[in-house]
Amino acid sequence: MLIKNADDIRSSEITPKSLYLNRRKFLAGAAIAGTAAATGLGLRQIVSPSVSVLAGNMAGNTAGNKIDGIQKSPFSTTEAITPYKDVTNYNNYYEFSTDKDGPAKLAQNFRTRPWKVKIDGLVEKKQELDVDAIIKMAPPEERIYRHRCVEGWSIVVPWVGFSLSELIKRVNPTSKAKFVEFTTILDPNQMPGQRRQVLDWPYVEGLRMDEAMHPLALLCFGMYGEELPKQDGAPIRIVLPWKYGFKSAKAIVRVRFTDKQPLNTWNIAAPNEYGFYSNVNPNVDHPRWSQAKERRLGEFFKRPTLMFNGYDQVASLYTGMDLKKNF
Amino acid sequence: MPRWLKPVVFLACLAPLAWLVWRGFHAQLGANPIETITHSTGDCTLTFLLITLSVTPLRRISRQYWLIGLRRMFGLFAFFYGTLHLMTYVWLDKFFDVHEMLADIAKRRFITAGMTAYFLMIPLALTSTKWSIRKLGGKRWQALHRLIYFSATAGVIHYIWLVKADLKKPLEYAAVLAVLIVYRMIGWLVSRAAPSKATSAKATPLSS
Repeated sequence: MLIKNADDIRSSEITPKSLYLNRRKFLAGAAIAGTAAATGLGLRQIVSPSVSVLAGNMAGNTAGNKIDGIQKSPFSTTEAITPYKDVTNYNNYYEFSTDKDGPAKLAQNFRTRPWKVKIDGLVEKKQELDVDAIIKMAPPEERIYRHRCVEGWSIVVPWVGFSLSELIKRVNPTSKAKFVEFTTILDPNQMPGQRRQVLDWPYVEGLRMDEAMHPLALLCFGMYGEELPKQDGAPIRIVLPWKYGFKSAKAIVRVRFTDKQPLNTWNIAAPNEYGFYSNVNPNVDHPRWSQAKERRLGEFFKRPTLMFNGYDQVASLYTGMDLKKNF
Repeated sequence: MPRWLKPVVFLACLAPLAWLVWRGFHAQLGANPIETITHSTGDCTLTFLLITLSVTPLRRISRQYWLIGLRRMFGLFAFFYGTLHLMTYVWLDKFFDVHEMLADIAKRRFITAGMTAYFLMIPLALTSTKWSIRKLGGKRWQALHRLIYFSATAGVIHYIWLVKADLKKPLEYAAVLAVLIVYRMIGWLVSRAAPSKATSAKATPLSS
């Protein structure tokens, strides 16, 4: 795979992000905009936040480097993709800021090269891999996934990457390895949020081995056809569409195989609120709010949340498990 | 108080709403506009509750006793923004689903606290007129309006119980509220310790 520099590509070749916005939503937005004038509540923005910023967003926060040779994936949803502007300006990335619009500004100078990922624990050969070597392990696929945050909002993102299993197969975990743990970089100099003990840094997440090997589990290094923006977890992250967003660790520097269930950061912070599994489940409420519905960014009405976020193919991973207990 | 001051302060109190509406029409409310509206009206409610509670200490410390003339307006603006905040929840979050809201109030402690804070403000808004003060009598009116301490406390607790991990902002409100309450408590203890001064304290009640 080739990652071209932005200068190699004529700007006319790049699909404007505005085209990702679907037409129906635009019309709905326009219709309600009329009403908005009467109600004085700015409903246009409520319904379709990005309608009037269609242009003017080409510069901004893009990582800019287009990824070549992206293949389509049968795992992709056909649902409307959330506008790029929203996905890159509404981030839960506490390493930078606890404000949703903070990471977009504070991550701009974050260094994503050179970048090594340490592979250790129960593997045949402990090693450090360069992120660019990992990215070349398999052809890049576009996976358009639903992404449901534990807070009750959701987005649809065209991620770019390949199945996490491609990496795991190549590093040969031993038969004792039952879990895999992911660690985000710890660098308070670059990540101002880490200078405050809001969470127990560095951020750690974990999966059971069979979850990690499931083809839906994505090792991700791009979105919207480009390299990942820094505020979305560059240079490399995981994406687990059937789990709440916080399980999808960003800016990974370590992958450790283990025989014990790893602790994950949010579970350490509030064990009764965030479990190890954290599968999207409309029937198990967060202790402080309901998980039955979600607000898709850009939509006015809430929609029902689906079991496993609609990814029923993972259900067999959990047969016989009490998902209320193992939340 | 100069005559022009009240209308100017009135307009200033509307500025946060105007800013919100302006941003709404210019697509500046971010990716999740309903959340932005919810959070900013909530912030305004707490801020105006704390401003209302600051009037008495401020006028005593600065000896600008005319400030009392603005207090009702601040209190009513707290109620106004609180109503907008509640409406955002009732309309844009729950879409008037009474069943769901009742379940929320019973099950979610941060909603319970928020509702408590709001409902405690209602009698205060209703009895904010001069007529009510005359009708109730100054003392009873004043006793009733001490509910604002409970409303503000419930409001701050509502915020603390809502956040996931970063308590910084709710604790800032809590700190200001604590200072304002401690100020009253000290005044109350002092007036109890020196009963001879209690009569003069009555003339300008500490908690007014």
